[in-house]
Amino acid sequence: MSKVIEQDHHEHHDHHHPSGGIKRWLYTTNHKDIGTLYLWFAFIMFLIGGCMALVIRAELFQPGLQIVDPDFFNQMTTVHGLIMVFGAVMPAFTGLANWMVPMMIGAPDMALPRMNNWSFWILPFAFFILLMSLFMEGGGPNFGWTFYAPLSTTYSNDSTALFVFSVHIMGMSSIMGAINVIVTIFNLRAPGMTLMKMPLFVWTWLITAFLLIAVMPVLAGAVTMVLTDKYFGTSFFNAAGGGDPVMFQHIFWFFGHPEVYIMILPAFGIVSTIVPTFSRKRLFGYSSMVYATASIALLSFVVWAHHMFTTGMPLFGELFFMYCTMLISVPTGVKVFNWVATMWRGAMTFEIPMMFSIAFIILFTIGGFSGLMLAITPADFQYHDTYFVVAHFHYVLVTGAIFSIIAAVYYWLPKWTGNMYDEGLAKLHFWCSLISVNVLFFPMHFVGLAGMPRRIPDYAIQFADFNALISVGAFAFGFSQLIFLYLLIKCIRENHQVPAKVWEGADGLEWEVPSPAPYHTFEKPPLIR
Amino acid sequence: MTQEYQKYYVPEQSPWPIVGAVGMFLIAFGAGSFVKELSSGGGYGGYLLLAGMSVIIFMLVGWFNNVINESMSGLYSPQMDRSFRQGMSWFIFSEVMFFGAFFGALFYARMFSVPWLGGADNNVMTNAVLWPDFQAIWPLVKTPGGGETTAMGWQGLPLYNTLILLTSSVTIHFAHTGLEQNKRKQLIGFLGVTILLGCIFLFLQAEEYIHAYTEMDLRLDSGIYGNTFFLLTGFHGLHVTLGTLILFIVFLRVLKGHFQPDNHFAFQAASWYWHFVDVVWLCLFVFVYIF
Repeated sequence: MSKVIEQDHHEHHDHHHPSGGIKRWLYTTNHKDIGTLYLWFAFIMFLIGGCMALVIRAELFQPGLQIVDPDFFNQMTTVHGLIMVFGAVMPAFTGLANWMVPMMIGAPDMALPRMNNWSFWILPFAFFILLMSLFMEGGGPNFGWTFYAPLSTTYSNDSTALFVFSVHIMGMSSIMGAINVIVTIFNLRAPGMTLMKMPLFVWTWLITAFLLIAVMPVLAGAVTMVLTDKYFGTSFFNAAGGGDPVMFQHIFWFFGHPEVYIMILPAFGIVSTIVPTFSRKRLFGYSSMVYATASIALLSFVVWAHHMFTTGMPLFGELFFMYCTMLISVPTGVKVFNWVATMWRGAMTFEIPMMFSIAFIILFTIGGFSGLMLAITPADFQYHDTYFVVAHFHYVLVTGAIFSIIAAVYYWLPKWTGNMYDEGLAKLHFWCSLISVNVLFFPMHFVGLAGMPRRIPDYAIQFADFNALISVGAFAFGFSQLIFLYLLIKCIRENHQVPAKVWEGADGLEWEVPSPAPYHTFEKPPLIR
Repeated sequence: MTQEYQKYYVPEQSPWPIVGAVGMFLIAFGAGSFVKELSSGGGYGGYLLLAGMSVIIFMLVGWFNNVINESMSGLYSPQMDRSFRQGMSWFIFSEVMFFGAFFGALFYARMFSVPWLGGADNNVMTNAVLWPDFQAIWPLVKTPGGGETTAMGWQGLPLYNTLILLTSSVTIHFAHTGLEQNKRKQLIGFLGVTILLGCIFLFLQAEEYIHAYTEMDLRLDSGIYGNTFFLLTGFHGLHVTLGTLILFIVFLRVLKGHFQPDNHFAFQAASWYWHFVDVVWLCLFVFVYIF
C-alpha cells in the first residue's frame, strides 16, 4: 500500500475554525462535520426503525392479534424497511465515505462541499415527512417498502403522495452524495495516489456511487408512476389501460437489486480494510478484490427479476435470471476467499473491529448461501414471500451491512474523537449483539421453510415457539444497541488519548494525521510513493 | 490523476444549502398535500408548494450569486473546474437514467403488456376471459377497459419541433465556438437564437397539448399510450424549460462580459444540458411519434 514520505503537519489552525453552536452544523461545508451529521442521523434512524421492528416482534410474540391492528402492523413493516434502507444503512455509509474518503486519498475535502451539506440536510426533512404521515388521518404507507402496485396505487391510503415526495428527496440526497464521492475520487487524489493504490474502501465506494447515480433516478421514475397512477388516472400498472402490475416490479427491482449492492459493497471495503490491519498482513489479492467488486456491480444490473420468479415470467427469463444470479456468487466467493487468505498465517489479534469483521465474514456468508438457495428458481417457488426470505436479507443486511458499519465505527472512532473507547463495554456490545442477532434471525430460516408467510401480523399455531424465541432475540438485539449508544457518548466525552496510528498494523493515509483528525486535513497534499 | 497540486478552494460556511433544504421540504410536503387535496379538496398544500418554490428560487439566486462572484474573483483553479465538469456529467447521466425508466415503461408496454393482453404467447386466456374484444395494436387507441383515443402523428408540429431542437443544438455549438474564439458578437447572436428556438419549441409543444386535449381526446389518462406520451413529452418539456432558463441566465452573464475563451464552465454545462435535452427529444420522436 501507499506510504507517506512527506507531509505537512502544520495545519492552518488560524482560520476556518468551526464557529460554535448550531450554525456550525447548519452551514458547514466540512467533510468531517457532514460525516458526523450523517452518522448520527443514521444512528437515530436505526434506533427509530429498530423500535418499529420491536413493535412487529411484540405483535408476533404470540399467534393471534394482540397489540396493534393489522393496518398499523403493515405501516410498521413498511416504514421499518424504508427507514433502515434509506435512513440508516445508506446514510451511515455516506457518513463513513464523507469522513474517510478525503482522508484516505489525501484530499483537502470533498469536491463539492456546499452540495455535500445540501445532500445531508434534505434527508432529515424527507424522513420527517415520512414519519409525520404515520400520525395523519388514514395512517402512513402500508404497502411494504417495495410499494408494489396495486397495493400502492389502487389500495393505498391517501398519504401515498407524501411517501412519493419523501422518496424523491431521499433519492436526490443519494444522487448528490454519490456525485460528490465519485468526483472527489476521480479528481482530488493526492499526487501519486493512482487508482490501483487506493484503499479498498475508496474503490468500493467509487463503484457504489456509480450504482447510486445509475439506479436512484429509476426509483424516482417508479414512484412518479405510482403517483400518477394513483392520483392522475394513468394506467402504467393497470391492465385495464394497457399497463401491467408486473411492470412495476420490473422497474422497482431494476432499482432494487443494485440497491442491495449499494448497501453491501462499502461493507466489503470496510472489512477489506480492517482484516489486514489486525492480521498484520497485506490484503490478499488486492486487484482481484477490485475486479470482483466491479463484476458484482455490473452483474447487479442483470439479475433483478430473481425477486419475481413467481410472477409468471417466460421460462427463458426465469433461466436467464437464475444463472446470472448464481454467477454473482463467483466474485463474492473471491472476496470471502481473499479475506480468509488474508487472515491465514497472519499475526492476528482480536480487537473489537476485527471481532465484528470476522462475525461479518461468517454470518454474511450464511446470508449469501441462503441467497444462493433463493436464486434457484424452482426452489424459490417454495421460499417466496416466506420468513426464509426475511432471514436471508436480514443476514446480509444486519450481520452484513450493519455489522460492518459498527466495525468501521469502532475502527475509526479513536481517529475521529482522539479517544479510545471502553474496551469492556465494546466486548459486551459485541457478544450481546452476536448472540442475540442469531437468536433473532436464525430460527426465521426454519419457520420460513415450514411455510410461515412474511408481512402477516398473525401466524399458524405451529410457528409459536420459534416466534417467541425470535421476539426474545429481537428485544435483546435492540437493547444491546443501547450499550453502543452509551459507549459512543462515553468515548466522545472522556479522555483516553490515542496516538496518530491507533492500530499497530494499520496502513493508510488516515493514520498519518493526528488523532483526533484536525478540522482540515491535507490542505497541502501528501506525497505518495 | 492530479499531476501537481493546485490550491483547492474549500468555501467557508454557507447558509444556502440549509435554505435549499427548507425549500425542498416545503415543496415536497406542499406537493404531497396538494396532490392529496386534489381529491379531498381544500387545504393549504398549494400555498406550501408555492412558498417552497419561492424559497428554492431565492436559494438559487443567492447560491449562484455567491458562486459567480467567487468564480469572477479567480478563486477557482482548473482542478475545481474539472470537479464541476465531472459533477455536471454525472448529473446528466442520472437524468438519462430517469428518462430510461419512462422509456423502459414504454418499451415494456409495447413489447409485453399490450401483446399479452391481446393473447400473445401463453396469455390466450387473459384475453379470452378478461377482455375478449381487445385488439393488441400500437398506438393503443382502444384500451382493454374500453377507453378510446386517437394517436398523435409525427408530421406537422412534432416534425417542426424536431427541426427546431436540432437547429438549436447547432446554434449553441456556433455560440460555443464564438466564445472559444472570443467572437463575442457571434456568441451573443447564436446564444440568443438558441434561446428563441427553445421558446418556440415550448410554445408549439403547448399548442400540441391543447390540440390533443381539445380535439383528439388524447389525455394523460387515455390508457398506456396517453400515459407514456404525456409523461415522456411532459418531463422532456420541463427539461427544455429548465434548459432555456439556464441558457437565459448564461445569456445575461454573457451580456455582462462574463466567461473567457478558456474558462466558461457555466456555459459549457448549459450547452451540455441542451444537447442532452436534444438527444432525449430525438429518442422521443423516433419511439413515441414515428414508430
